[in-house]
Order: sequence, then structure tokens, then C-alpha cells
Amino acid sequence: MSLVNFTAREITCKIVYYGPGRSGKTTNLQYVYGRVPESRRGRMVSLATQTDRTLFFDFLPLELGSISGFTTKFQLYTVPGQSYYNATRKLVLQGADGVVFVADSQARRFDDNIESLQNLQDNLLAQGVDVRRLPIVLQYNKQDLPSDLTLSHEEMDDALNFRAVQSFSADALHGHGVFETLRGISEHVLKRLAAGSPVA
Amino acid sequence: MTVTLNPCYRFETFVVGAGNRLAVTAAKAVAESPGTVYNPLFIYARPGLGKTHLLMAIGHAARGINARLSVEYLTLDEFVEAFHAAIAAGHGEAYRKRFWDVDLLLVDDVQFLTHRREMQAELLRLTDTLQVANRQIVLTSDRPPAEIEALDERLVRRFAGGLVIDVGAPDYETRVAILRRKAEERRAQFADGVLEAVAEAEIDNVRELLGALSRLIAFQSVGDAPLDPAQARSLIPGAAAASSGSSTATPVPASRDEFSEFLSEVTATVAQQVDDWRRKVGAAILRWDGEGYRTAQLEVLLEQEMVADPEQAIREYEAAVERLQGLHAEAATLAPDLAGSPLFRDPGDVAAAEALLSRAREGVHPPPAPSPLWRLTDFAVSEANRMALEAARAVAAEPGSHYNPLVIVGPAGVGKTHLLHAIGNQLSHSCGPIACLSAPEFTGELIEAIDRDAVGAWRARYRQVEAFLLDDVHLVADKDRTQEELFVLFNILLESGRQMVFSSRLPTGELSGVADRLRTRFEGGLVVELSAPDLEVREQVVERALAAKTGATDDELASYLASRPAQSVRGVQHLVTRVIEAAEARHAPPSLALARELLDGVTAPSSRAATRSSGIVSPTATGVKNREKVIWEWPNVGDRVIEDWR
Repeated sequence: MSLVNFTAREITCKIVYYGPGRSGKTTNLQYVYGRVPESRRGRMVSLATQTDRTLFFDFLPLELGSISGFTTKFQLYTVPGQSYYNATRKLVLQGADGVVFVADSQARRFDDNIESLQNLQDNLLAQGVDVRRLPIVLQYNKQDLPSDLTLSHEEMDDALNFRAVQSFSADALHGHGVFETLRGISEHVLKRLAAGSPVA
Repeated sequence: MTVTLNPCYRFETFVVGAGNRLAVTAAKAVAESPGTVYNPLFIYARPGLGKTHLLMAIGHAARGINARLSVEYLTLDEFVEAFHAAIAAGHGEAYRKRFWDVDLLLVDDVQFLTHRREMQAELLRLTDTLQVANRQIVLTSDRPPAEIEALDERLVRRFAGGLVIDVGAPDYETRVAILRRKAEERRAQFADGVLEAVAEAEIDNVRELLGALSRLIAFQSVGDAPLDPAQARSLIPGAAAASSGSSTATPVPASRDEFSEFLSEVTATVAQQVDDWRRKVGAAILRWDGEGYRTAQLEVLLEQEMVADPEQAIREYEAAVERLQGLHAEAATLAPDLAGSPLFRDPGDVAAAEALLSRAREGVHPPPAPSPLWRLTDFAVSEANRMALEAARAVAAEPGSHYNPLVIVGPAGVGKTHLLHAIGNQLSHSCGPIACLSAPEFTGELIEAIDRDAVGAWRARYRQVEAFLLDDVHLVADKDRTQEELFVLFNILLESGRQMVFSSRLPTGELSGVADRLRTRFEGGLVVELSAPDLEVREQVVERALAAKTGATDDELASYLASRPAQSVRGVQHLVTRVIEAAEARHAPPSLALARELLDGVTAPSSRAATRSSGIVSPTATGVKNREKVIWEWPNVGDRVIEDWR
């Protein structure tokens, strides 16, 4: 996907929320959806199982209007976190301009986070994407849970943030950190406008 | 220009109001006639009021009037840093001299001279130097000279000796004008009264005023409806307070919710990134304009709202510049005067530069070379011409370092051309291209070049030679254009230590019709004379000629022929030729008897009784068509002549 289409004067950013199952990716999108004026949001598409887990993906299109002469659109996707949906994850990940890795801060999900992050890197590599150049931010969700159940931001950084990317603490359910994360990834993605080179 | 000027900072883009009118007038006066009106011009103002804009506008305007003007802009910090670097590298003097040739020096932010005594001394020296040379210096500061802490009193007086003028804060009307102009530049449209509302805020710093405008543009792009004056006031700190009745101002409809903040941030980032191409194009314009290239191609881009692929446009422009640089380098070699053509500075029309160079190429072919027939070893030597020969050898051995020019003077046929070409042949072994030709050929080529409009290429041919040898230079007399070209060429070659050799039938002092400036330059080298060949030379010439034509030498014959009077080497050679041709006609070898019979009219004793002759032999006897009309025998002519005299 082309980030900037100069001919059509359009900027389209595809941002994928990635992470282990139940880490809060869909919650992030739902919170965003709830804060966006109706005139600027498209219909949020969620294909979920009966148990409310994302089966396929969530899709939230945001129309940001004309910015500097460009019709600017954001497309927010989530992937199914469960490990057996890797084909779907690969599909959704294609053409991503940026990735928000939503990690579950609960200590017991430590390994799931590691595994999912590894899976993200594997899938990106499989698609020929240079992981070092793709804008990625980390969101440590569920930081509102009791501290004895969760790892701190620093501990999460130590465990996951070996590339020293931007990381955010979040409580997606209540919205804390959701827009900060979105702003963070958006800034990284949009700054690539000037670079103009594909990630792959 | 060594430092680039921001192309946007021109008088045309400077909004003039009551507060800055005087400063702008003075700046324009300085730009129109640098070094003559206010020198130095010292402009001071609080930050954000347009000092740098004015300073650069002076540079642009001055350059617009006179493109050859050398303009240099730099901040005091750059001045200081460069000076320190130069001192550290041991190039302090070179650094100073760099500014001495600047016609218009623009120094920004001189308030930083505070407590920098060594730089104050440098600036004082520089100011004096520039003033003496009628070169302009313009300085800016955020305060008047007297308020710059610890500034040398002499500098304060120097500045006061020119014109010290301040730029005042913009009044309301000026603020409105600035806001309107900038909004127009950014293609932003506001409801009536919005910009006026911002202007009411009494923001007296233009930079802050533009910041306020940016804020309006960003918020208007985020909101669903255009801003109204009340909203504008609420957005601008100070505007609300400045406006009466502002208590009723309503907050921006797009409340500070998370999405609005997100959108605002995205807007700023996108604007920054999308407009990044403008920055890049602007930077390219700055760079190439500074290097003297036309940037119209790039400036057109900036006028567009959007460019499909600005990077590609810049790449194409830079490729064109690179091409022009290559063409320019070639032109500089082929035809230095063509290299100054503005066509080599216009990337928008590379084809024109290529065509120009192509014409130059057509006109360039190797200069005439010396004739290989004339060698130094064949030159007959005697005491009389030894000096000339030694000089020739010295020139051939170390061209340009001994006698430059070497001028060989002598009557016709004494060997000037031989010696000149012989030197040329020697030089051609050790030097690069050699030009060796006669003055009439030189003039002829010039006329042809003028006719073909290819004088530049013609000049290039000769200006690139390592040695220049011109035969019969006396024939440039009364040929003014030839002398003009020869004069310029002479200076170029002399300055670069390249050897010149001239030959002339007339002594340099008798070269009438030759400009004194040229004649004196000839005399500035070494003038050697070749005189009529003496016996020693004649003997050598005869021997060589006989050996060359018969393969053998006859000492008696050689001695006889050499003893014949001859005013030139050519004359001696002619004698030999006559004898040999006569011998061939008789199918006999050349002999003394034949020579005497031919040249003296003396027949062999066995064949005729003793006869008397006048002893006078026409040197052009062979030219007489009818031998019967020549009285070959004059009986008792001696007695008769004596009788007549009686």
C-alpha cells in the first residue's frame, strides 16, 4: 500500500494492532471509535467469535479530512491474537505502515507477549519487511491492574523493548494511553512521508 | 556569493509600515549603490522584526542590479567560527583577504561581539578596509551599537559614521498587512475580521505573529467550520484581553477531546512532512542559486500547491547542473571566454549550452605545428650568429624560463624562419601542443574565425599551447585586431610561463605600425640578430647543400661558391642550386670550372683565348630570357672606362 498518493492527493496510513490474544487490541479500537465524531469515522468492522474473541480482524477507517491538500485516511486494524490464526495475521499485516504491539502487562502473560512479538517479527520478515525500518510502538496494556499482578513499564521495556522503540503504558478499557499510543505511531508513520521509501 | 541568501527574503516580500519605513528606505538606497551612501549601515531591532530579512533583501536587490557584485552574508557567529578555524589552520591572513574583495558584506547579529575583543579588532580592520575601498558593509544587531556591552569605542564611532537605524515594531495596520500577505502565501482563507482580531493582540514580534497565524490555520483545518473573530481571539494569547467584549468569546467548538488533539497533532505532522518537499526544494534553490545557477525551474515548483515527485524534480535539476558543469569544464578548456556564458548556468536549457559547446568544438583543431624540415642541427653556426643559436638552444632546453619572448631579428633569408621552426621542433619533443606559424597565417585564421563567429574557439587554440612561435611578426603592422589578440595572448602565455618566439625582418625598435605595448613587450625578452652569412656560414651552407644534392663534396667547388658574395643563406643555396642544375643539364658532375663559367662567365682556358670580362655578374642572370641580349665579353673595357672617367 502506498502511504502517499500524490496523484490522487491522498494519504492512507494502515496501522495494525498486533499482540497476544486478549491483550486489548480490539479494546483500543473500540475506544478510538467511541471518541471519533461520526462524521469522521467509517463503520467499524469486527468479525468476532461468540466468545467475543476476534476471529478475523477489526477494521476502523478514520477520515481525517483534507490536510495540506491531501485527503488523509487512517485505517486501524487488529489481528487475531490466538496463535492458530497466523495466516490471518499475515494477511492483515500486509502493507502495514505501522504496528502497535499491544502487550498484556500481566506477569502471567509474559511468555505470550514474547511469543507474539517473535511471531510479529517472523511474519514481517516473511513478507520481506525490514523490522528495523517499520514504525513500531509498544503499548503495555492493563497497567491499571494491581501491581502485584503486572509488570511495571520498566520491566516490560526490559522484556520486550530491545529495539528501544517508543512505549506507552495504557489502560485501554478506560482509554488511558490509547490516543497517546495512536499519536505515537501516527507520528512515526507520517514522518516517513518525507523519507518516502518503502519499508520492504 | 559564498553564502547563500534566502530567496524569500526580498524587499518585495517585506511588509513596509511606519515602524520600518526609514530602515527599508536606507536599505534600498544601499542596495542600489553599495559603498556610496550609508557605509556602514547599521540596522538594529528587537528579535523578530525583520533584520535578517532586510539584510538579505539588500543582498538580493544589489545583486539584481549588478549580477557581478560579490555579496557575502554571514552571521557574526559564522564570522567568528570561520576566523578561529582559519587562525587554527594558519590561514588567518587568507581569511582576512577573503573579505577584502567582497563588494557587499552583510553581517548579521553583531550584538554577539560583546567581550570578543579580538573579533572586534578584526571587524574594525575589515570595516576600515572596506570603507577605504568603497565597498559596502551592512550590519544588524538587536540593539544599537552603544548598547552592545564592551564594544570597542572605535567601532561604535565607525558605525555612527555611517547610518545607524532601527526597525520599529509593526503597528496595527502593518500587522494586518503582514497577516494577510502570509495567509495568502499559505493559501489560507479566513472569515472577515479574523486576521484583524489577531492583529489587535498587539503582538509586536513578526515571528510570533506568524506563529499565531499558523495556529489559526491549524485550528481552522481541524474544525468543521471556519473560525470566526471571537474564536480567533480565544486562540491567540493576548488577543482576548486586547479585545473589548472578549468575555463573551466562546471556546473552539472542537473541544479539547482526545480525538481533536490527535487530529491536531496529525495535521501538524502531515503538514510538516508534506511541506517537507517545499523545504527541500527551497534548500536546493538556496544551494544552486548560491552557486550561480538559474533556479527558475525549482522556483516554479514552489508556486504549485503540490508537486507529484519533488525529489525527482530536484534530481533532474541536479543532473542538469552536473551536465552543465561538465560542459562548462570542457568549454573552459576549449574556449575560456565561452565558459563565462550564462548558458552554462541555466539547467533549464542544457541544450543551448550543448549547442554552444558544440560550436566551440567545431572550431577547435590543433594549432599549426613547426615544419619538421628545419632542425637546429642543420643550422649553420658561426661567430656572428652564435648568440642567436645559443639563445635558441637555451629556450629549447628550458622553455619559458630563460628568454621569454625570444625575438629573432634579421634581414630576409638569413635563417630566422629556420631557427624559429627548429626551436619549435625541439620544443615539440618536450612540451605539449606547439603553435608555429607566420603572422599572415595568424591574421588569416583570425579573419576566418571572425567570419565564422568562432573567435572564442580560435583563441582557445592558441591559449592552450605550451609554446607559441610567430614568424615575420613585423607583418602584423597596422593590423589592429591581430595586434589586440596577440597582445592578450602574449600576456596570458607570459603569465603562465609559456615560451614565445618571434621573428622579425625589422629590428623591434623600427616596427612601425606595431603598437608600443606590443613592441615593448617584444623588447622585454631577448632580441637576437641574425646578419648576412659570413664566410664560415656560407661554407657550411654550401657543403651541406652539395652533400644533400650530389651526395659528395668538392672542396674546390665548395670553397669557390662560399667565397661568392651573398646577402643571405638563401642566396648561397641558390648559387649551389644553379651550379647543380647546370651540371645536370650538361650531364656532367658539378665542378669548379662549370661554376666559374656559370657564375663568372669564365670558360675553360683550353676552349677559348684569354678574354676579359667586367667581373660583374648579374645575380639574376638566369632570369634573363634572351642570352643573346647580354654582352658577355667586353674587349678592353678597362681602358675605355678609364678613358670615360678622364
